[in-house]
Amino acid sequence: MAQTLLRIGCGSGFSGDRLDAPGPVVDALIAAGGPAALMLEVLGERTLALAQRERLTRPEAGFEPALVALLRPILARCAQHGIPIVTNGGAANPRGAAKAALALARELGLPALRVAIVEGDDIRGSGALADLDPWEGDAGAVLDPGQVIAANVYLGAAPIADALRQGAQLVITGRCSDPALALGPMLAHFGWAEDDWDRLAAGTMAGHLLECGAQVTGGYFADPGTKDVEGMAEIGFPIAEISADGSILITKPAGTGGLVDRRTVTEQLLYELHDPGAYLTPDVILDITNVAITEEAPDRVRVTGARGRPRPPTLKATVSLPGGWLGEGEISYGGPNCRARAELAGRTLQDRLKKLGLESQARIDLIGVVSVFGGDAGVPKGLEDLAPPDIRLRLAVATDDRATAEAAVREVLSLYCCGPAGGGGVRSRVVDRIRTLSFLVPRERLAPRVTLLTLEDAA
Amino acid sequence: MTTVPLHRLAHARAGDKGNRLNLSLIAHDRVHYDHLAAQVTEAKVLARFAHRGATAVRRYDLPNLGAFNFVVEDVLQGGVNGALNLDGHGKSLSFHLLGLEVDALA
Repeated sequence: MAQTLLRIGCGSGFSGDRLDAPGPVVDALIAAGGPAALMLEVLGERTLALAQRERLTRPEAGFEPALVALLRPILARCAQHGIPIVTNGGAANPRGAAKAALALARELGLPALRVAIVEGDDIRGSGALADLDPWEGDAGAVLDPGQVIAANVYLGAAPIADALRQGAQLVITGRCSDPALALGPMLAHFGWAEDDWDRLAAGTMAGHLLECGAQVTGGYFADPGTKDVEGMAEIGFPIAEISADGSILITKPAGTGGLVDRRTVTEQLLYELHDPGAYLTPDVILDITNVAITEEAPDRVRVTGARGRPRPPTLKATVSLPGGWLGEGEISYGGPNCRARAELAGRTLQDRLKKLGLESQARIDLIGVVSVFGGDAGVPKGLEDLAPPDIRLRLAVATDDRATAEAAVREVLSLYCCGPAGGGGVRSRVVDRIRTLSFLVPRERLAPRVTLLTLEDAA
Repeated sequence: MTTVPLHRLAHARAGDKGNRLNLSLIAHDRVHYDHLAAQVTEAKVLARFAHRGATAVRRYDLPNLGAFNFVVEDVLQGGVNGALNLDGHGKSLSFHLLGLEVDALA
C-alpha cells in the first residue's frame, strides 16, 4: 500500500466548461512531481440522453463532443509524466470515445497509449429496467420501457481503480458518480479496503469538492464588495492533495486567478447536498457533520473529519424519457411607458394563446422587472410600479408536439406588426425536452466491465 | 427593530435535484451563527418560496462549518426538464434567500 501523497487535479467541472482549464492543472501536477491523476467531469443528466439520441443516427457518436478538444493540449504531457486521466466523457458510447482518443494519441505520436473503458452502466434492454423502485424524490413514478431514451446507473470507483491497476493511462467511463472519478485513482494508489468506510468517505468528499472544477476555487462565488475574486478570466482549477490516512488539502495552480478559502470550500462542500449526515454514493455513505475546514496558507485549505458508513445496497439509475416541446420567444420594449407596452404585449399574447388552447401551459416574464424569482403566475407583489429603462418580454410554452410550439412562438414574431408600438429584437427557438426520473436498482443486478483498448481496436 | 437583508450576514449557493432545491447558508462571521439560527427558520424560508409552490423546508445545522443547509421541496416548477422558468435549475434562488429581511444584529 502506497503511503506517498497523491495529487488529483480537476480540469473540467461540467459539459460546457472552459476547454483551456486543464493545462495549468497539468503543469502544476508535473511541477509538484510525485503521483498524480487528472479528472475531467463532463457528463450531465441531459447530456447523456442527448448522446444516446445522437447515437441512434450516428453509431460512432454519442460521447462528449468536446472530449478530443479537452485532451489535445494535455494528453502527451500526462502520458509522459505518468499522470492518468479519468473522465466520464464516454457518455452513451465509451468505446466510441476511446476510438477517438486513440486516434488523437496516434496523431500526437503516442501509438502505445493504454486506454480503458468502463461499461455496464447502461441498463436499457436488461432485466433491471423491469423492476426498478422509484427514488424518494420521484415517488409514484411509473415507467413505460418503450419510451426510454436512456437508462444509466451511477457506477462507483472500483472499475476505475481496476482499470488504473491494469496500467490504463486514460480511463473513459459512461455514467458513474462524479466523486468516483477522484476516488478511483485513490483506491488504485493507496489500496484502501472496500470497507474502509472513513477513508472512502474522505476520498469521496475530496471528489465532491473537485467535481465542479472552479466552483471550489472562486468560480460561481464572486459577489463584488462582499466576496471579491481576482483573475476570473484565468481562474485556476482545483488540485486535492490526499494523504494515505485520508487527510485532504484543497489548492490550485500557482499564478492562476481565483481563490481557495474557507468560504469557497464550504459553498462547494454543501453544493447539491441534502442530508449532510447521509450523502449517498455508490461507494460509501458520507457524513460531513463533523467536518472542519482550516485555512493553512493562502489558497491552501485543509478539510478533515469525514466519516463513512457502509455503502447502500442499491444504486441510483437515471431514466430519460421524451418530455414534449418547449417554445420560447422574446421581444424588447424601451423608453417612455415601456412597461405598459410590454404588459399589453403580454396580455395580447395570452389572448392569442387562448385561441390555440395553450394558455394554461404558458408563462410570460418581464425581463428587467422579474424573470427568475417569480412563479408562473406573473409579477410578484411589490414590483407593480417598477419602471426599468427597457424590458424584454418572454413567452415560454410547453407543448406535446413541435408544430404547436412553433405556432405559439410565431405569436411573438407577429407582435412586430400587430403588437404595441416600438417592439424590437425578436428571438425565438423551439426545442424538444427530455424528462428524467430517478430509480433505485439492487447493486447485484449490475456487472461493470473494464476493457483495455489499443490502436488496433480503434482502426 | 431594524432589519437588514440576509445578504449582509451570510452567503449562499443553490443546487438542484429534480424538483428539490438545496440552499447552503454560510455566516460571513461565525459569531453571528446563533443569530442566523434564530432568524432564518424553516417557516421563514418556506414563506419566502411559497409563491413558487414550495411545500416543505428542512434545515440542517452545521455549526462546525458556520453553515446551514436548507432543503426546499417542490420549488422548481418541475425542475430543469419541466419548468417554464428561465432558470429551471433554480441556481439564482440562492440570492432570493439572501434578499430575506432579518433582524439587524443587536
